[in-house]
Order: sequence, then structure tokens, then C-alpha cells
Amino acid sequence: MQAKIILKVAVKSIMKSRMRSLLTALGIIIGVAAVVVMVAVGDGAQLQVENQIASLGSNLIIITPGTSTTGGVRGGAGSFNRFTFDDVDKIKNECLLINGVSPLVRSGGQIIGGIGNWFTQVQGVSPDYLEIRAWDLQSGEFFSDRDVMARSKVCVLGSEVVKNLFPNDDPIGQQIRIRNVPFKVIGVLKEKGQTAVGTSNDDVILAPSKTVLDRLSGGRFISSIQVSAVSADKIPEAIVELKSIMRESHKLSPGEEDDFTIRDQADLSEAATETSRILTILLASVAGVSLIVGGIGIMNIMLVSVTERTREIGIRLSVGARASDILIQFLTEAIVLSLSGGAIGVLLSFFIAYLLNNYTSQSAFIKPEVIMIAFGFAGAIGVFFGFYPARKAAALNPIDALRYE
Amino acid sequence: MSNTIIKTENLTKTYKVGEIEVPALKDVNIEIKKGEFVAIMGASGSGKSTLMNLLGCLDLPTSGNYFLDGRNTSNMSKNEYADIRNQKIGFVFQGFNLLPRTTALENTELPLMYDRMNKNNDHRKKALEALERVGLADRVHHIPSQLSGGQQQRVAIARSLVNEPAIILADEPTGNLDSKTSVEVFNIFQNLNEEGITIIMVTHERDFASFAKRIIEMRDGKVIKDLVINNRLNAAEEMKRINVEYEIED
Repeated sequence: MQAKIILKVAVKSIMKSRMRSLLTALGIIIGVAAVVVMVAVGDGAQLQVENQIASLGSNLIIITPGTSTTGGVRGGAGSFNRFTFDDVDKIKNECLLINGVSPLVRSGGQIIGGIGNWFTQVQGVSPDYLEIRAWDLQSGEFFSDRDVMARSKVCVLGSEVVKNLFPNDDPIGQQIRIRNVPFKVIGVLKEKGQTAVGTSNDDVILAPSKTVLDRLSGGRFISSIQVSAVSADKIPEAIVELKSIMRESHKLSPGEEDDFTIRDQADLSEAATETSRILTILLASVAGVSLIVGGIGIMNIMLVSVTERTREIGIRLSVGARASDILIQFLTEAIVLSLSGGAIGVLLSFFIAYLLNNYTSQSAFIKPEVIMIAFGFAGAIGVFFGFYPARKAAALNPIDALRYE
Repeated sequence: MSNTIIKTENLTKTYKVGEIEVPALKDVNIEIKKGEFVAIMGASGSGKSTLMNLLGCLDLPTSGNYFLDGRNTSNMSKNEYADIRNQKIGFVFQGFNLLPRTTALENTELPLMYDRMNKNNDHRKKALEALERVGLADRVHHIPSQLSGGQQQRVAIARSLVNEPAIILADEPTGNLDSKTSVEVFNIFQNLNEEGITIIMVTHERDFASFAKRIIEMRDGKVIKDLVINNRLNAAEEMKRINVEYEIED
């Protein structure tokens, strides 16, 4: 028999009992949709985590001050801070494996301007900071190295600050006062969204590092140094280089401990990716169980169908069908059922993913290979659970089948 | 080669019901030539249906040999049996045995679907021709439930014809039909027989057996009578006679 005829016969007999076929396929439909959606949600979560990590900055390396020990009492991280602009300049001039470096001077306070006042943090940085943190400007411009040198009183606002102080006007060119020091707004940052821990990235004001140190925070030392390596795989080498530069800059003798800590994003992103991967596997296996239950449903109905169609099998045998023809016919029916169930399931999963992406905070991302796997799995279930009933049909004796009432 | 198409040698069939062996056929020796029209008669339990099933390769004998068209079928595989059913034999059953919810045309096409010799690729044309031969050209797209009993049996005959078999085996072909429709069916059989097809039918009505050329009578699994019919009935004339009777009644 030709494949085309086999397929035609299978489709025809499925269509003859539409309702039952649909209910049979429903198990596979739900199973496939569940697997695809679950994996998509897992992948979506993973993508979100990856995006958040990327939003921290590409190839970011952070150098923070070390600890101090005074009379046996150890201070916490940053308790011994000797970071100066000289360290930053040294890194900028000597380190070959970096794209950019910026000091970070933390300050903050009550801001007055626009329609009222607002409390937020102020970060003193250099022009490289935008690139290091993978941040873009919404409008206006960023300050230059000259602004840093000249300690200009200019600033760039995060979108959250704009929302609170200038909800209706364009803030560029306006004057704000940070702890009573007047600053001119020259730019607005693009919205960046939440950080990995749920706080806003956008509730911030950026200003030239030296201006912030001298006018706002006071003191001599900067909070941390932010560096971006030339590429992700050069991060370990860059860390080694930075370490020797910092030791030299701080005039540490060979036996002395580092008075700084260098960290990168690798640990963080690995842990986060691993967690969401485990979650994906867990969700997919639970959904996979429902797919197998769907397969058992197909076997159940096919068995009923074989009994119900014993006469039909007898007729086919009497006009010359071989046992293999009957086997192939019933197997094809099971496979057509499960594959069309799989196809409907995939369509359903696209619909559910669309709903999730547009109407919930959960994001679902359907990878093409997941569709292929789910579809292939549905086909395999058709073969696996269709074989037993099909073999039972093929083993029938023509006489017994014809006489069956 | 002689023109013997069917020959059995001590054909025996014993059914096992639990521990008890029930003999259904005991050492049957028959020979049927091409172009014959044989009626097998006997009471129920006489073994006539068992013989029919063995002749039709639907079942295997317990012992003995069955030669079909000169070939011994005893050592054939199941697949060869299936191919013989497809190529050489056409079945007509008492209960019609049509596929439900399937048109007359598709029912008639069924044997062609399993034809491995691919004698003819145009299934549709072949099936239409067969339906035309039984006078159902105007009912090809009807499903069995839309057809009368006589029409359904004619579809079954068309199905048995479609692959140009040497033999048609009919098991009580008119058992479910009234006498007028039965005569119509016998008319078709007689016409097909005229065209050279060997017909073997099982019946237990002596009147209908007279449409055949030869009667084999069975009892308790054995052939007890085998005779040629002298005063053979002609179905076409019977039909005319019945029609006249109907007119008189009206």
C-alpha cells in the first residue's frame, strides 16, 4: 500500500469519530502545550536573569576597598579605604586589557528642583561610566573629562528622578539643588528597569566624580573603581593585571595582604543561570508526565477502537489485507492522532506564551528546538502507545474478526 | 493443465473447544472446474460454512490438502493467504460486511488498496465499472445505511468482482433478503457465471440452489450428495414471472 493511501485511510477513520478523536488527542495537546510553556517560562526567566546581569554592565569588574585591622579588631569590607583618583588614572594609563575605568563616589541627599523635592543617591563618576554600565542617554548629553577636571556642577538624571521632579517638563537646562548645591541638568538616562534584587536602577543622579567628592561627600577617597574588560574571556587576565597595578599604586610590599578586593560578574551569573536551568528541568519533567498520561489515553482509545472495529479488520483481511497492512493502518492512526495533537499543542503554547508575555509579568520564550523536541516526543508516544493496540489488531484471525458481533 | 480450479484431498477441520475436539469437516474430497456454479447445501452444523472458509483461505485445515488453481495451499504463509484472497477470490457474505459510513465506491475500491500486483492503478475507474456491472452506477456515493439490503449486497458483489477474481465465494448471499431481491442477486450471479467466473455459494434453500449448475450436499462434515442440476432455474425469467405476479396482485 502506498503511504498516501495509508495516510488517507488513517485520517478518514479519525475524522469519522471527530469528538472521540479530539478528546483522545486532548491528552497530547495539553501535554505538549504544558511542556512547551513550562520550558518557555523557564527559558524566559533565564533570559530575564541574563538580561539583568548584562544590565549591570558588560564585562564589569569592580574594585572595592579592603578591610582594616586595628589592634586585632577587623573592620568590614571597605573599612580601609585608600582609593584615590591617582589609582584610577594609573589603571587608565597602564592597564591594557580594559575598555574603560571610572571611579564611583557615593553620595546622596535631598534634591530640590522642578515640582518639589526627592531623596535619592548621587554617584560621582567619569564619562567612561556609561559604557561600563551599558547605559544609554535618553536625551541631552553626558559630562566630559573636562567637566570632571573643572569640577563642573552639572548632572545627568535617572528616569525615576525625572518622573518625580519633572513629570511634565523637559529637565534639560534646568537647575536643581543637591543638598543645597546647585547643579545644572544636562542629560537624562534611558530607563534601565529593576536590579536583580528588585530596586530601581533609575533612581539615581550621575555627576562628575570630582565635583561629588569635593562638593557633596567630602573627604579624599572614592568608594569603588569600576572597570570594564575588553571582552568576557579576558576578565581573568584583566583581574591579574589590575591586581598588580593596584598593589604597585598602593606601594604594598610582596608579603603584605591586598588592601582591596576585585570581583567580577561570573559567579553571580553562573549561580543565577544554574538555578533557572534546574527550575526549567523540573517544570519540564512535571509537564512531561502529563504527556505520557496523554499517550496512555491514546493507547486506551486505540484498544477500544480495535475491539469496536474488529469487523472492519475482518473485512479488510477478507479482501486481501496482510497482517502488516492492518498493523500499519492502526499505527498510522495513533501517530496521526498524536502528531496532530502535538501540532495543536504547539499552537496552544504559542497562544499561552503570548498571553503570559502581554498580560503578566512572567515572560515566556519559546525556543525552536523545544518545539521540535516536544513534537518529536509526541510522535514517539504515538508509536510507543499505538504499537500494542495495532499489533493486537493485526494478530486477529480473519474468521474470528468477521464473526465478531 | 486441466481446467480444475479447486481440488481438495481429505480436507479435515477440527475445532477445539476447551478439551473437547469438535470435528467440523471430515475427509472432504471435491473437485470444481472453471466456470462452474456450485451450491453447497446442508443443515446448520453440516460443515458447509467451514468448507467455505477453507476454500476462501480464511482458515487453515487441520489436515488434508487444498489445491487452488493447481497450487497446494497447505504450506503457504499468512501473507500468501492474504494475497490469494486479494487476487483469486471474491467474497460475498450474508451480512454484506460493508464498511459503515463509507460510500459504495470506497467500499468497492477496498480490495484494490491491498493489491500488491498493481494490475490497475486507476482504482476509481475500476470500482465504477464493477458497480456498473451490478447495476448500481447511480448509487456510487451512497453509504450503506442509505441503501436497501439488495443494493448493499450488490455493492458487496461489486467489491468481490473488482479485482477480477477467478472465484466468487458467496456464504448465504440472500439470507438477509426477501425472495424478489434474492432472485435479482441470483440474476447477477448467473450473468457473472456466464462471463466465466466460477461461483460457489452456500445456501440452505433448495429453491435457490436450483439457480446453480451443481449441488453439493453435506451432513456432519461429509459430502453426502454431489449432483448436476437438470431443471435449472433462470433468474431472469424468474424475475419476469415475479413481476407479472406482482402486477396481478396490484
